[in-house]
Amino acid sequence: MIPEGSLLIAEDLHKTYAHTPALAGACFSIHPGEVVAVLGPSGSGKSTLLHCLAGIVQPDAGRVRYAGRDLTALSDAERSALRRTDFGFVFQFGQLVPELSCTENVALPLRLAGIRRKAAEQVAMEWLERLEVADSGSKRPGEISGGQGQRVAVARALVTSPRVVFADEPTGALDSYSGERVMELLTEAARSSNAAVVLVTHETRVAAYSDREIVVRDGRTRDPDHSL
Amino acid sequence: MSIGHTLLALLESGPRHGYDLKRAFDEKFGHDRPLHYGQVYSTMSRLLKNGLVEVDGIEAGGGPDRKRYAITEAGITDVATWLTQPEKPEPYLQSTLYTKVVIALLTGRSAAALLDTQRAEHLRLMRVLTDRKRRGDLADQLICDHALFHLEADLRWLELTSTRLDRLAAEVRP
Ligand SMILES: Nc1ncnc2c1ncn2[C@@H]1O[C@H](COP(=O)(O)OP(=O)(O)O)[C@@H](O)[C@H]1O
Ligand SMILES: [Mg+2]
Repeated sequence: MIPEGSLLIAEDLHKTYAHTPALAGACFSIHPGEVVAVLGPSGSGKSTLLHCLAGIVQPDAGRVRYAGRDLTALSDAERSALRRTDFGFVFQFGQLVPELSCTENVALPLRLAGIRRKAAEQVAMEWLERLEVADSGSKRPGEISGGQGQRVAVARALVTSPRVVFADEPTGALDSYSGERVMELLTEAARSSNAAVVLVTHETRVAAYSDREIVVRDGRTRDPDHSL
Repeated sequence: MSIGHTLLALLESGPRHGYDLKRAFDEKFGHDRPLHYGQVYSTMSRLLKNGLVEVDGIEAGGGPDRKRYAITEAGITDVATWLTQPEKPEPYLQSTLYTKVVIALLTGRSAAALLDTQRAEHLRLMRVLTDRKRRGDLADQLICDHALFHLEADLRWLELTSTRLDRLAAEVRP
């Protein structure tokens, strides 16, 4: 059942919040460097699936395996260490620290990994340049547009060379033109550093930037290529 | 697409031979479907008969596409009228997909699976167009966006329908 060569695999995940079932048998797998879209209507369990895959939320039942390790069996401390070294995150908004400049924001994950300020900011500036927001480096998140902010967030997600980037509605707060530009830059940058991307979205035009899609409905996944 | 009006409009910048018209058309509008010489020839003879173009010269050697065409005053007016008139919006009321969904429900087959398969197929095409768009020039981007917006609309309908299958089943089954 387990796809050959997968980096991240989830089997039969279940999660209930209070009395709300969020996941009721969700499966997932992704290869290194692959971009997989997670589609589905609002409330279907996409974000919960992403949180379980990233080790942010513990499923009630089912397993998540990453690079051969059972994520669900790790301690909280081990999981958060893994998140810092191996995963990157892009959310819809609100992920940048408002008091820091954009360069400092992008450098932050490197600083947390023990890299000196100057070296970290040097790398951060290179990433801002790649994402075409070099001009925003000295500004604070509140001083730039939504589209620029998401590019800064993408830079921050990729700066540690993660093996998986988790993006939850990364274009959800943007107009369609800047949203597509963010998707172009995100997928290009991820491909060139061989990072896999788990892309949660309800927009099919955004999903079209993926290599493959899965559909979540009522907490259950359906892989369209295996549905019949 | 109205090939006649398009070829006519291409003559507004000056007289051209048939093969030159075909080349200009293919370059700007023929992305996926270049014109056949036969189409150019038959279109030009119709325009000629209707007085919208005239023969401006004939190259030595003879033959149908040796003619050089020029637009007439009537032709210019015809192009202007064409541009002023709005295109009829597609009503989209005859949908094979809708029919398939109803037939699936009526015959006890899985309408949900049918919709899933269709979604996957639409997304496959959207990926191809998205890829072409990111590598193409502005003309490519606009052509692909037009198609992508339509496919997206189809997908929204698929999604909405898949949430209403139970109700639809209750209505269509006797
Ligand atoms: N932290 C939470 N507490 C309570 N209910 C939650 C929580 N997170 C999600 N849910 C519920 O779980 C279901 C799935 O939510 P979510 O995974 O956010 O869906 P999606 O991202 O597809 O919109 C919804 O009914 C939602 O209200
Ligand atoms: Mg969500």
